[in-house]
Amino acid sequence: MTSEFAVEMRDVVKKFITPEGNEMAAVDHVTMQIKNGEFFSMLGSSGCGKTTSLRMVAGFEWPTEGEVYIEGKAMGHTPPFQRKVNTVFQNYALFQHLTVYQNLAFGLEMEGAKEDEIKKRVGRALEMVQLTGMDRRKPKQLSGGQQQRVALARALVKTPDVLLLDEPLGALDLKLRKEMQLELKALQQQLGITFIYVTHDQEEALTMSDRIAVMSKGKIQQLGTPVEIYERPNNKFVADFIGESNFLEGKIKSISQNEASVFVPSINAEVVGLPISKGLVKGEEVIVSIRPEKIHIAEKDSINQNMFRATVTNTVYIGVDTKVFVDVHGAKLKVWEQNRISRLDPKSFYSVGQEVWLMLLPENTIVLRKD
Amino acid sequence: MLQRLRESKSAQGTLLALPTTVWLFVLLIIPLILTAVVSFGRRSPDGNVIYTFTFENYTRLFGYSTNCANGQPSCFDPLYVNILGRSLSLAFNTTVLVISLAYPLAYFIARAHPKQRNMYLFMVLIPLWTNFVIRVYAWMMLLRKEGAINIIIGWIAHFLHIPFTPFEMLYTPGAVLVGMVYEFLPFMILPIYTSLEKIDLSLYEAAADLGANAVKTFLRVTLPLSMPGVVAGTILVFIPVMGTFIVSDILGGRQVILVGNLIQRQFLDARDPTFGSAASLILMVLTLIVTYFYTRKFGFGEEIVVA
Repeated sequence: MTSEFAVEMRDVVKKFITPEGNEMAAVDHVTMQIKNGEFFSMLGSSGCGKTTSLRMVAGFEWPTEGEVYIEGKAMGHTPPFQRKVNTVFQNYALFQHLTVYQNLAFGLEMEGAKEDEIKKRVGRALEMVQLTGMDRRKPKQLSGGQQQRVALARALVKTPDVLLLDEPLGALDLKLRKEMQLELKALQQQLGITFIYVTHDQEEALTMSDRIAVMSKGKIQQLGTPVEIYERPNNKFVADFIGESNFLEGKIKSISQNEASVFVPSINAEVVGLPISKGLVKGEEVIVSIRPEKIHIAEKDSINQNMFRATVTNTVYIGVDTKVFVDVHGAKLKVWEQNRISRLDPKSFYSVGQEVWLMLLPENTIVLRKD
Repeated sequence: MLQRLRESKSAQGTLLALPTTVWLFVLLIIPLILTAVVSFGRRSPDGNVIYTFTFENYTRLFGYSTNCANGQPSCFDPLYVNILGRSLSLAFNTTVLVISLAYPLAYFIARAHPKQRNMYLFMVLIPLWTNFVIRVYAWMMLLRKEGAINIIIGWIAHFLHIPFTPFEMLYTPGAVLVGMVYEFLPFMILPIYTSLEKIDLSLYEAAADLGANAVKTFLRVTLPLSMPGVVAGTILVFIPVMGTFIVSDILGGRQVILVGNLIQRQFLDARDPTFGSAASLILMVLTLIVTYFYTRKFGFGEEIVVA
């Protein structure tokens, strides 16, 4: 490892011609640096450019503009078979005509490895993904989860510097997926190699990643740790895409160095003492964003700051939480309350039409620029 | 009755299989038995079948002859064995040539842009809209001494000031081979195309990702995965080539006699259905033996047939 960064994308643009003949930038001036040994995720809905970015690292696509660096080396038009990265494909892309053993040996034979070395390394890789003894089976004779492990082992047996994973768990059922998430993370920590993981599943990204790039429309919306992305979203898109948020439009009424008060017309009240990011000015139109689980419901006006009177319009019990929908002077807000108490007694729920007080803690409330 | 049918799965199965079974019996099993019975018979002088049980037709096919030179009672006449051998080798050569022509073409079509793919397939299929015999006659026009090929070569030779005598191409084994290859090419292109087209593009990417260049990807991934198409195509080409007589009749001009011609002539010209039947059965057995060993080694290409 010669470079600080395992993979670097510098101002990368990838344009495609749509079937209608228009030019479309699937990846639009993306710059990111992925550190050695990092578990890095690209998160976004389909068409956001995450898979195209990954494919440019793998070498299946070449950038229209900009450059991809692997271990500090500019890749240019280097074909995939000359890059020290390996891919776990979304549909696994296993060779159906070969056995599990032959699938794993394929990459090593291409390197010109000796037969006894191949045997040793394939054995170790199979052990790593807990498939010892399955080496003579054909991929079709394996379950989806096992096929997924073969695909993983086939890439890892090459001991790449960087492992690229394109929604590798997408086809698995929820329970298996959660198991595999933890396993993948453990494997990555144990091997110490860089993982670049593409997913549309935010929980998956939050569970496994050291850092996440949230992407939309070919651009990086935010790049940061899971905590940063969830607790301090950069913009309305990220706040909306990751988890859920309540948005209230307002205007900055007063501002100091690190705090602002925002007047929100829809609830006809001022939210005060909010932490702010740089560059906001007094009088600016902003969006106040708060996560539903971070709003407290109180029955009495215990403190005066940032407490608003609201009417319960509906409650939905979903096991872990109860979703409480409220109306604050016409503004609709959602509040998630964790079911720490037993809900067997119907009286433990708020009733529709009940008057409650909402409390917004300033440190949980984010001021976002309107865009 | 209806009640029983509703309850019994096996009764339902029998009923559903009935039309096919009847069909097979009337059109395959019964004619086959008739052919076998006739083949053990003897031809009467006026061309009728005398039903008896004799192996005469078979021994004659394999070279036993009583019509010998220098007064011997019996001798070996290789005439019919040669015809069988010629048919086998022609079928083999045709199949090999067809594979080597069809594979690159199928590969090209399978890798072409989806929009163009259909057009190419259409072009492969268009000749099949014309009758088989007419297409063979078209080759006659191309191959004969005053045909298109000789005319064009003549022009080129004239232009280059090279003396040129037109080639004798028609009525040669080569002409028959060309005709066979042409006739059966689509039956090889289509199955190979289907098996190539079915290969997931991500497999090529996976191979490249694991370090295989284009040549290695082809040899290790593309070729093995398209083998079912080659096998299915081989069965579709080899068996009919073994039996057809039109191509050799028209392009071979009675110079190139295959089993198919032999059978046809026994029935129509020589008026010896007993010998024709024996030749038919031998052709069938020969084809079955070759197909049996071939499919035991490579399978039926069932993956492609099922898809």
